[in-house]
Amino acid sequence: MRFEARPQRILLPVSGFFMTFTILCALLFNLLPWRDITGVPDLLALVLVFWGVRQPRKVSVGVAWGLGLIMDVSNGALLGQHALAYAILAFAANALSRRLLWFPQWPQALHVLLMLLGCQLIMLTVRMAAGSPFPGVLYFLGSFICAGLWPLTSMLLLAPQRRPESVDENRPI
Amino acid sequence: MELQPPPLFSLGPAPLVRLAFFVSLAVLLMVLDARFRYAETLRNAMAVVAYPLQRAAMSPVDLFNGIAGFFASQSSLQRENDTLRSKVLQASRDTLTLEALQSENAQMRRLLEAREKMPGKTHFAEILYSGRDPFSRKVVIDKGSLQTISAGQPVMDETGVIGQVTRVFPMMAEVTLITDKEQATPVQVVRNGLRGVAYGDGATLDLRFMAANADIQNGDMLVTSGIDGIYPAGLPVARVARVERDAAYAFARIQCEPAAGASQHRQVLVLLQETSLTAPPEADAQPASKQSRAKRGAKRRE
Repeated sequence: MRFEARPQRILLPVSGFFMTFTILCALLFNLLPWRDITGVPDLLALVLVFWGVRQPRKVSVGVAWGLGLIMDVSNGALLGQHALAYAILAFAANALSRRLLWFPQWPQALHVLLMLLGCQLIMLTVRMAAGSPFPGVLYFLGSFICAGLWPLTSMLLLAPQRRPESVDENRPI
Repeated sequence: MELQPPPLFSLGPAPLVRLAFFVSLAVLLMVLDARFRYAETLRNAMAVVAYPLQRAAMSPVDLFNGIAGFFASQSSLQRENDTLRSKVLQASRDTLTLEALQSENAQMRRLLEAREKMPGKTHFAEILYSGRDPFSRKVVIDKGSLQTISAGQPVMDETGVIGQVTRVFPMMAEVTLITDKEQATPVQVVRNGLRGVAYGDGATLDLRFMAANADIQNGDMLVTSGIDGIYPAGLPVARVARVERDAAYAFARIQCEPAAGASQHRQVLVLLQETSLTAPPEADAQPASKQSRAKRGAKRRE
């Protein structure tokens, strides 16, 4: 695989407001009243991985831990379950941030799939250690959906940084 | 120490150190929450923070319901009206019978000088959302400790018991459904008065520890037995769906369908009645009798 062939685009600096907004949207998606549907994608984890890869200085372990705590409380889950899983997820995303972006979109999605599955596996281990039953194989479906959404997510979340810095009215293209 | 980077490049603690810190914090929280229940104050504080977020997440659903209600056709409204009217007729008939029975019951209780039960107060609540946690069956209702809801109160809808309040926040409360794995409900078979305990089993209930020759049939109605002092007696809980009797096991395997539709309705009732918890008699009686026996023995020895 040749990596140097693809042109790299210089992006605008990220806006903190937009980052907060996307994370808030993903959190709201997770808090929607999902009745007993298993396999709902965890969009907050996906967005955390995205910003953890793109902005490792801004979105790191601490932010992920706090968001995980909010998820725990609003789901009535074991306190610290999401916090633990998200903290490790954010650490993995930060650690992979220099390597991941050299790959094309779908190999990137494979990396993301592994990270999200690991995150779910941590939660499963914690809950089964605390005495809960196995929720079924469909529990892992959410990670596959999330990994499938990775190219779309990176396109949408990078769009504000892809704008031209100053619009030139006289430019031919 | 002299190799410290200049403040321009200082990034705080190393990532691995940060990870170790937060992971140990999370593990500490989990142990505190699962083993000792010390984390409730933190959970309450976080719940107050998360409350506006949850209301915001509910707003598209409310909006959709509002729009759907606006466009409800006249025929469906007419049909609903008819069914409601027939239900009201039936209910009023039942109420009349109930009033007669209640007065009769009250009189007999007075005759027996039995302690009169307080009339049960109820609190109307709405299900905000059901937890996303695939490991447990819980719903969150929109009334909390500000509305005198407290942990332990039973929750029902118009068809039967749906669960019990297990955790209370200022403006909402968590209800563990009877189908949760850790929820046990004391029940009684209506047909013959046989008592048992129904445990949650994910989507259904499991009537455990009933002898293989117990008199239980498909379609038997299970109601709360009321001997726990928490649930009032006689509320429908479940209907027996399948009975497996295997000679290899001492107990029959009995599966029951919950009577109430916890996943269908949004309106529930929380029963606010005072729970009359009296300590089980063995707890106090046995040591006392032992003591008295010891005293008697001592007296004899004297």
